[in-house]
Amino acid sequence: MTSTSARAVGSPLARLEGPAKVSGAARYAAEYPQDHLAYGWIVASPVARGRLDAVLTDPAEEDVLAVLWHGNAPELEKPDDPELAVLQSDEIRYRGQPLALVIATSIEAARRAAQAVQLEITAEDHDVELRADHPDRYTPETVVPDAPATSDTGDVDAALAGAPVTIDVVYETPALHNNPMEPHATIARWDGQDLILYDSNQHPSGIAETVGAIFGLPAERVHVVTEHVGGGFGSKGSARPNAVLAALGSLVTGRPVQIALPRQAMFSMVGHRAPTVQRIRVGATRDGILTAIDHQTCTQSSRLFEFVESASVVTREVYPVPNLRTGHQVVRLDMPTPRWMRAPGEAPGMVGLECALDELAAELGVDPVELRVRNSPENPRYVECLRSGAERFGWSERDRRTDGEWLIGFGMAGATYPAQAMPSTARVRALGNDEYEVAIAAADLGTGARTILTQIAADELGVPVEQIHIRIGNSTLPQASVAGGSSGSASWGWAVTGACRELRAAGGSTEEATFDTTALVQQQKEGRHASGAHFAEVRVSTVTGEVRVSRLFGMFDGGRILNPRTARSQFLGGMIMGMGMALHEEGVLDPAQGTWVNHDLAEYHIPTHADVEWIDAAWLDAPESDLNPMGSKGIGEIGIVGSPAAILNAIWHATGVRIRSLPARLDKLLPALPSPR
Amino acid sequence: MKTFAYRTATGLADGLEPGAVFLAGGTNLVDLMKLGVATPDVLVDVNKLPMSEVGELPGGGVRIGSSVRNSDLAADQRVRTAYPVLSQALLAGASGQLRNMATTGGNLLQRTRCRYFMDATMPCNKHRPGSGCPARDGDHRNLAILGGSPACVATHPSDMAVALAALDAVVQLDGPTGQRSVPVTELYRLPGDTPDRDTVLEHGELITAVDLPALPFATRSAYRKARDRASYAFAVGSVAAAIDIQDGLVSDVRLAFGAVAPKPWRAFAAEAALRGQPATREHFMAAADVELRDARPLRDNAYKLPLIRNLTVSVLEGLAGEVTR
Repeated sequence: MTSTSARAVGSPLARLEGPAKVSGAARYAAEYPQDHLAYGWIVASPVARGRLDAVLTDPAEEDVLAVLWHGNAPELEKPDDPELAVLQSDEIRYRGQPLALVIATSIEAARRAAQAVQLEITAEDHDVELRADHPDRYTPETVVPDAPATSDTGDVDAALAGAPVTIDVVYETPALHNNPMEPHATIARWDGQDLILYDSNQHPSGIAETVGAIFGLPAERVHVVTEHVGGGFGSKGSARPNAVLAALGSLVTGRPVQIALPRQAMFSMVGHRAPTVQRIRVGATRDGILTAIDHQTCTQSSRLFEFVESASVVTREVYPVPNLRTGHQVVRLDMPTPRWMRAPGEAPGMVGLECALDELAAELGVDPVELRVRNSPENPRYVECLRSGAERFGWSERDRRTDGEWLIGFGMAGATYPAQAMPSTARVRALGNDEYEVAIAAADLGTGARTILTQIAADELGVPVEQIHIRIGNSTLPQASVAGGSSGSASWGWAVTGACRELRAAGGSTEEATFDTTALVQQQKEGRHASGAHFAEVRVSTVTGEVRVSRLFGMFDGGRILNPRTARSQFLGGMIMGMGMALHEEGVLDPAQGTWVNHDLAEYHIPTHADVEWIDAAWLDAPESDLNPMGSKGIGEIGIVGSPAAILNAIWHATGVRIRSLPARLDKLLPALPSPR
Repeated sequence: MKTFAYRTATGLADGLEPGAVFLAGGTNLVDLMKLGVATPDVLVDVNKLPMSEVGELPGGGVRIGSSVRNSDLAADQRVRTAYPVLSQALLAGASGQLRNMATTGGNLLQRTRCRYFMDATMPCNKHRPGSGCPARDGDHRNLAILGGSPACVATHPSDMAVALAALDAVVQLDGPTGQRSVPVTELYRLPGDTPDRDTVLEHGELITAVDLPALPFATRSAYRKARDRASYAFAVGSVAAAIDIQDGLVSDVRLAFGAVAPKPWRAFAAEAALRGQPATREHFMAAADVELRDARPLRDNAYKLPLIRNLTVSVLEGLAGEVTR
């Protein structure tokens, strides 16, 4: 084996699949050519609760192969996830639930027939509105991913009663909808007793297992092809109804069946971030040492499935407080089931916590950076992010001022996200001439996973990256954990490192090595976190109440940064998504209609390029070598944690107005602002 | 999407069979067809008709062909010089790609962005007469404070139309019963009990051109739009204005509001209140309040009152500043 002088890890290698993507050569799930492809179109429930009595179709509809509903669909094995028991029952649990599947020889015919289908429904009264005093709220046992719903240390009530300074505020976050550029899509084809799924997801190995179980197949009989994925943000972490329906449609028609969700379905069928109502009480000494925090979250889930957004959990992890109580309550409503959305728990939870701390800093007259530093005695990396970020941003020169009609202000907030890895297996094969094939069933959501795994393998094998042939995105490869929880690079990189080292250790006695990290991962260090600090400069118009983010800066500790180019995109993307959370995104509920009424990207706003005026991220690049062989921590989610709070805090600094119900839109701000000039 | 036939219009006033609609840029109609909200039997493509020129009218003024694309119109030197409010309004709308497709006539005839109208599974008196209006009790944050009815509180979404209303633009129509002219301010119907009809156009009538009469003081005109993000969003409030100031007094003024009514709202009452008055902030504000006196905000859209008042003052002050500088 040759050795190279420059290490690949840490270099800004461009994404390997970039040219294929921009030239259109890269295939996404719905783009694989098939013979006799048929198209499925989902008929969604127009009511939030009731029963589907019958589905009437026009037999004269041309080109329609089948119309499936619970009255005629094949019976499936009962899945763990009740949302996947599609077309199995007459119960309607939410508006937008798949009630029928039309399969036709063209997408136009399928769509036309789906609009013409007559649903006979017995509608029932629905309950869709989250209220913190909802009589049906209850405390669940656990919140996602698997944390106790409550915690209580010290004597919070006594500490709050005795605290010289207290803050007692309620922050509300709305329903948020993951909207990757590529909506969920599947082509399903039966090949004898085997099921082939071209599917857009974050976890090919998991999809094979889940969908296999529903059709009574072992995972190895399901071949999930996930070569390229146009984003997921958590919504593709597990199989969604499109995968099961496509397989069902193919089973019935004997043809390959494609289902690509329209944008509107992304707002009901694939999960969302549940709204939260968070009450936070904070007690502190006059010099800003936290003595007590009580963080209580009320949120919602569906009738089908208990998924509890863990917004209060993060408060157990950031600042050491002697008296700390956290809790969650959940209300089950006639609404779609919430799911993972980028930094579930941390993203909304840090809005509540970091805005409350800003209110405390204002009350005390303490610099918000200094307040956090004082309360982080054993968190040197977080302190370094705070101090170094403040210096690079020019925090000490912040100057609340006006410029014509614009009020200008500055805000900051902290960030944290767990550093974790999950069991995965990788295989390395020597191909001769110092070339190697590296294989693992990982999914690259556009983040650069394929690229950094290549870099890791190149260094471990001592060859240039051009001599590594990476294979990912296929469930027939060695099993990999989900591209979620900011754990992909750590989990898969660990397995790739292990396999490469085994092959080298064998010294040429074998041409192939496979490495399973399960045992190692079980011994990994618990309770470790990536951290960061966000700084925002905003201006608010006294004429219109419009908010503009003039500058947004993030300083992060992500351990070893494997590729600064792709890492920067992860940080900035998260920060911009946080800007959307602060200023734009909201599922607007109509309680009478039983649904969110904005369900496309014209009406559900995310930031445009024009909203991002100046943005930058920097990082410590300090390996944490006892975490995993790379010394890396996940960075996929830390960018969205804290950036919304930094922007909200800057709006307060500019205007004196606390917006405690997201998003901070002009209709909330304008009536509270002083008259122009 | 419902199956439809397609043909190309070969001459003006070809006639239009029942169930047929004209297709121009398609930036709104095709979306509505995909959503099942518009279900025409036939699309008659008017893009080949000779309506794509901007020309000068005898006696001053400009004639804009109905097929002139929004981006071309915004860039037209005569428009930029003589009617900057129109160029600014066009550029405030949509995205570069959409402006390249969208036409002058089509922009005027775009439908509301009311979320109930845009969803065929929802009740809506505009897309399914008699089915009811959920917006009054539901989502109406960006719906009408002026001109609405119990049956409908939709707003017209166009930016361009607000500028055209302020400029006294006149729409040229051609159809089965011949040619006629309708001022933009009279093109739109208020919803009343029949919100399914947006305009006074008869079936088969085609907008062939939009005339901008000469208005010398419109060289000092401006459009300002407030929206929920920096770009690519419909207005939540907008103001188009032109003002003529002589010796510190308002000798003439044109004012129109967007995103507050089922049509671009020409503020005739505010204009009347301003004429002859000093061109000061206080009088601009008082004039806006005269126009907004009849506003009937709903639970969640009362913010439009201070928004329109502030925008009016901001735009008029800006123009008055240009005069005095």
